[in-house]
Amino acid sequence: MAAASGWLGRSIERVEDAALLTGRGRYIDDLGVLPGTLHAAILRSSHAHANIRAIETKAAAAAPGVAAVITGAEVSALSSPLVPVLRAPLEGWPIAVGRVRYVGEPIAVVVAADRYLAEDALDLIDVDYDPLPALVDPLAALEPGAPTLHDKLGSNVASDRSFRYGDPEAAFAAAPHRIAVDIRYPRNSCTPIETFGLVADYDAGEDAYDILANFMGPFSLHAVMARALKIPGNRLRLRTPPDAGGSFGVKQGLVPTMVLMAIAARVAGRPVKWIEDRLEHLVGSVSATNRVTRLAAAVDDDGRVRALDWDQVEDVGAHLRAPEPATLYRMHGNLTGAYDIRNVTVRNRVVLTNKTPSGLNRGFGGPQVYYALERLMQRIAGELRLDPLDVIRRNLIPADAFPYRTASGGLLDSGDYGRAIEKAIDEGGLAQLLAWRESARAEGRVCGVGLTAVVEPSVSNMGYIATVLTPEERRRAGPKNGAQATATIALDPGGAVTVHIASAPQGQGHRTVVAQIVADALGLTPADIRVIGELDTARDAWSIASGNYSSRFAPAVAGTVHLAALRLRARLAHSAAGKLNVPAEEIEFVGGKVRARGNPDNAMPFARLAASDHWSPGEASDGDHVLRETVFWTPPQLAAPNDADEINAQLCHAFIFDFCGVEIDRDTGAVRIDKYVTMHDCGRVLHPGMVAGQITGGLAHAIGAALYEEYAYAPDGAFLAGTFADYLLPTATEVPAPLILHTESPSPFTPLGAKGVGEGNCMSTPVCIANAVADALGAATLDLPLTPTKICTLISSREGAAP
Amino acid sequence: MPRLSADARHRVAFVLNGRAVEGQAEPRMLLTDFLRHVLGMTGTHVGCEHGVCGACTVEIDGVPARACLMLAVQADGAILRTVEGLAPEPGRLSLLQQAFRRHHALQCGFCTPGILMSLDNYLRDNPDPREDDVRIFLTGHLCRCTGYVPIVAAALDAAARLREMKETQT
Ligand code: FES
Ligand code: FES
Repeated sequence: MAAASGWLGRSIERVEDAALLTGRGRYIDDLGVLPGTLHAAILRSSHAHANIRAIETKAAAAAPGVAAVITGAEVSALSSPLVPVLRAPLEGWPIAVGRVRYVGEPIAVVVAADRYLAEDALDLIDVDYDPLPALVDPLAALEPGAPTLHDKLGSNVASDRSFRYGDPEAAFAAAPHRIAVDIRYPRNSCTPIETFGLVADYDAGEDAYDILANFMGPFSLHAVMARALKIPGNRLRLRTPPDAGGSFGVKQGLVPTMVLMAIAARVAGRPVKWIEDRLEHLVGSVSATNRVTRLAAAVDDDGRVRALDWDQVEDVGAHLRAPEPATLYRMHGNLTGAYDIRNVTVRNRVVLTNKTPSGLNRGFGGPQVYYALERLMQRIAGELRLDPLDVIRRNLIPADAFPYRTASGGLLDSGDYGRAIEKAIDEGGLAQLLAWRESARAEGRVCGVGLTAVVEPSVSNMGYIATVLTPEERRRAGPKNGAQATATIALDPGGAVTVHIASAPQGQGHRTVVAQIVADALGLTPADIRVIGELDTARDAWSIASGNYSSRFAPAVAGTVHLAALRLRARLAHSAAGKLNVPAEEIEFVGGKVRARGNPDNAMPFARLAASDHWSPGEASDGDHVLRETVFWTPPQLAAPNDADEINAQLCHAFIFDFCGVEIDRDTGAVRIDKYVTMHDCGRVLHPGMVAGQITGGLAHAIGAALYEEYAYAPDGAFLAGTFADYLLPTATEVPAPLILHTESPSPFTPLGAKGVGEGNCMSTPVCIANAVADALGAATLDLPLTPTKICTLISSREGAAP
Repeated sequence: MPRLSADARHRVAFVLNGRAVEGQAEPRMLLTDFLRHVLGMTGTHVGCEHGVCGACTVEIDGVPARACLMLAVQADGAILRTVEGLAPEPGRLSLLQQAFRRHHALQCGFCTPGILMSLDNYLRDNPDPREDDVRIFLTGHLCRCTGYVPIVAAALDAAARLREMKETQT
């Protein structure tokens, strides 16, 4: 735990902000480039599915300022396909090679003296398409005889696995009720306001690539990129800029374009810069998965759930790109949510369709799973005429059961779900909200209240994706597990402290929290600590789990910084012991001084001690030169999936209980959120202001997903959400101020007791709003986004029906 | 308007944050690209280039405008302010900027310059806005990180402090 002085846990002002508020941020497009750097523009497919007969690039290559035109021919000659997680005959090129499979897929890259000239030349490229039938609906893609996207696969199913935990058949046979929901979860994306960007360079003499990109990891993909570029990892240097304009998982999707532009730089013989524009981002970057789910429960008369039967059809779009199908398996240990349900059966199918390939996105699998599970819990209450709150309460994992192993192998670290719910009901005023609903209804208004309870997983196990493989295949592939986090603390010759982290921050304020942690450990102030957030794989400590995803900062990265600071402090104390003539255990670090406990006059400035092994290493006690400390930390709880397919996919499990009240405008179909209460138990809170920021920001994303946002496709595969005027994000009038409540059950598995908090509301809020709308309209089946058109249809179909 | 030829570069000169600046631009060059890549003023950001997100908002002749929807040559002779001109001096922040920092009204900071430019202008004309008015005003900006709640709080707090400052000055 942190020192008593206690910087940690306080909402101090962020060290990042002064620069960002004055226009001094250093985002990818703000950085200088080498003289002679060229600019790339991408020609993208206007067809959802077509063979390419020919690409005519001569006129473009001769256009003013153009240095090179690159197509699938060059890319396939100079690289290998991106390897998928599954051993399946899928062609994973970063650009169309002979065939396009989604609208927006790259067909050619023009590199020119500036972006304007590059885009001019795109107009001169002629593509001769031979259109093929397009598939948009994942269920249609399953039909025998459906057109196939990847002919060698023989169908559109990349994976079909079934799982069984406990005795689900017996539980279904014995239960008096079988209650089910059918869900079509839509496609959407968290669309950071800064788009993708990179600068790629190739050194022919050393056969080495250097890519600066606002990529956020996971850095396991470094290995995928190096393999695609046909070089060992030490010849692929990845660097990130000091600042990045949000990611929410999305910037993982840069991987194929990083490979593509690396090849472009190689062909052009000059560095190549590419800044994605918004139209490209929407049509062609990456998306969350859409999913078709049928979820059934075996239920007792009192609402107790005895078994679940999941059937999930995951639509990953046109290519299965690593780490997909991770969206489907991230939640595999958590398919029973906050509930004590011992019997589960699962069928997971991964389907290819003519849409943008999917990838990381805030919530990552959680929204899809909880939408089904929490709609189901409400349906159970509805069908059995029970109070939805009672159904939740009756099924909760009891407080004395932690750490709790779920049926499918998740290990829930800590919590007291019942207490959190009672506190939320009380402090959030559920009774008043229900009374409001009754009185509003008495006036003829259309109002509803929704509830939801979810477990928010964080810190991904690097082995969970292997759950998609059979135990046999896993044995052949070799074990994968753990989640290495790393931090380095360096002392300079002036005794100042610099910390390097490999968490690729995208605006969350990591540098501030790291400064707080190290200041606490070393008796300094956060202003004394300099934190470097940019990552350079050629110089910094990193591993495959490095990066900014699965809400791993607070539990894993901050915890590792804490461990590194404690280790450095212990070594410094040892060194100080000799200088102050007291045992190391008597040394304390307070107020910028290192001193003997109980004798504050026997002291030296911290900076003097910290600098000493630069200037007088000959005096170092036991020859330990205290200059730098690097710690790698991986939690032992993250084991590989076992032969029973049990997997603890995530290290930490926070708890969320939400409720909200909505009112629907009968004439326009607009949904207004009148009150939103969100209770979080994310373990120890490191910086309350940032935690509130994560919760409110996540809530805004979730409101978008619930009410407005959809990456919609026409039946022929045309993309219908190509601008911010078509893909509607919530604005300041659509996001209410939530009432945020906390309980704290520290995680016993993380160094600081913190759990992830960044994704929870993306999991809980869409279904909480849907439950409220369902309650208002008496609707049984409800798919997102709940647009006015959809709501109006529901209202008119309900007219005359009993509420 | 002078006649410009499409394939030539033209001299564009205006006053930026109180200083005369100039550079060369083709007629088709966007004002955002001119500010960022010709003048090196990278504080103004580009989030959509189609006028929806507001990240590129600057002040032109006293009025907030979307620099991505303007050509550089259209700004010739104008008076511009950008986020780089908001702080009273290096190392100090304006009251509005301070309020943003206090309320954690930014995370990644990418939308922030545009929002600051709009609010700076708005609070000059509307020193005592209601919360609802601030919210409606902010609908011209997209922020993906904060959920807007702390931005609204920062704007109201800054308004209160600006009023206080005015009162003590009079
Ligand atoms: S970049 Fe100008 S409004 Fe989005
Ligand atoms: S702070 Fe990131 S978009 Fe607003």
